[in-house]
Amino acid sequence: MSTDTVGCVVCDAIYSLRPELADQATQCARCGHRITYGKRATLAWLVSLSATNVALLAMVVFLPFLELHSGQFENAASVIDVVLGFSSGIMVPLALAVLAFILMLPLSRFLLLIYALGPIAVGRRNLPYAARALRGVFLLKPWAMAEIFMVGVAVALVKLADLATISIGPAFWIFAGVVILNAYQDTLMCRHTLWTALICNE
Amino acid sequence: MQRVITARETGRVVCRSCSLVAPAKQMRCARCNEWLQSRDALSQQKVWAWLIVGLIAYIPANLYAMLRTTQSFRTTESTIVGGVVDLVHHGAYAVAIIVFVASIVIPVGKFIVIAYLAILTTRRHRTDPHRLLLLHEVVEFIGRWSMIDVFVVAILTALVQFDVLATINPGIAAVCFALSVVFTMLAAQSFDSRQIWDRLEGKSNHE
Repeated sequence: MSTDTVGCVVCDAIYSLRPELADQATQCARCGHRITYGKRATLAWLVSLSATNVALLAMVVFLPFLELHSGQFENAASVIDVVLGFSSGIMVPLALAVLAFILMLPLSRFLLLIYALGPIAVGRRNLPYAARALRGVFLLKPWAMAEIFMVGVAVALVKLADLATISIGPAFWIFAGVVILNAYQDTLMCRHTLWTALICNE
Repeated sequence: MQRVITARETGRVVCRSCSLVAPAKQMRCARCNEWLQSRDALSQQKVWAWLIVGLIAYIPANLYAMLRTTQSFRTTESTIVGGVVDLVHHGAYAVAIIVFVASIVIPVGKFIVIAYLAILTTRRHRTDPHRLLLLHEVVEFIGRWSMIDVFVVAILTALVQFDVLATINPGIAAVCFALSVVFTMLAAQSFDSRQIWDRLEGKSNHE
């Protein structure tokens, strides 16, 4: 059978969907319920998730990440402070690398994705070098390590447990949100779908 | 299972960035502009080069101090293994296991697995390719998680800066360890997964 039979969950109508239609957004003829989301909606999802993540990351940079109290001493550290901790002498390259791994590379992945797929999602023509941008999104994937940083935070909390009291700042929770949204976004990233969409839009 | 036809058999090449199929002579992908190569001829050399550099960087990463803790004018230095032992003494067994796995088990396992794959795929072999591919995918996926310890050092350094009372500073091993992780990630990425199927003897177990 070359066609798929799908039913509308709202009004029980049944349709047989030809394969070429499964790529597009389809609606139930009777009640208007979305039956398939199609390429366009997936792209819109990806782009809006990326935009959300960019906004969240911007907040992470400026809000306190962890706060430490020990007697009369108090220290609040933002993500930038975490990176600057390394910024003396021989540690500078490491500071830059950590900054790239936990902030710059995840951020550039989101921005590149918006640049490459944003125009398609809103129905415009591709921007110049859109293909390079999309290639960069896939290329950078293993180097964006936001989720690993979260585990690092957990380990650091345990190591400091008997030295001081630590409270978790708002940036920690926002960053956790970015990690979850990013994981969800990666499940939507089908190479074939994205590249076909990009090339069909030229 | 139906017989699988490879791009090379039909005189074509698959783009590893966007999966488009192009004629074998074409230099760059028409869709994403990636360089096209049916098999990466230098793959072996790249894998061994990155792996050896990674191994070299891993030695000082274990010998020198990862953390330098100054508490009331006394400086103690702790290596990767020392850090794990400290965690065990504090009774934080779960976290000790996480750090031990991330900084010792994963890197060492990665050196062994990448070397095993690189040696095996250059000769004719009968090992199940699905198992080899699984090994390669596990190594590629899990390798990045070794970075945990470097991030822990960064966080501790940022938080614990109380002049005389207590200060934590990163040691040189943090740099070596980060480099080792990066080099072995590059080694895993240089490995050409298509070679796993190329020199398979008696293709009975995947057809």
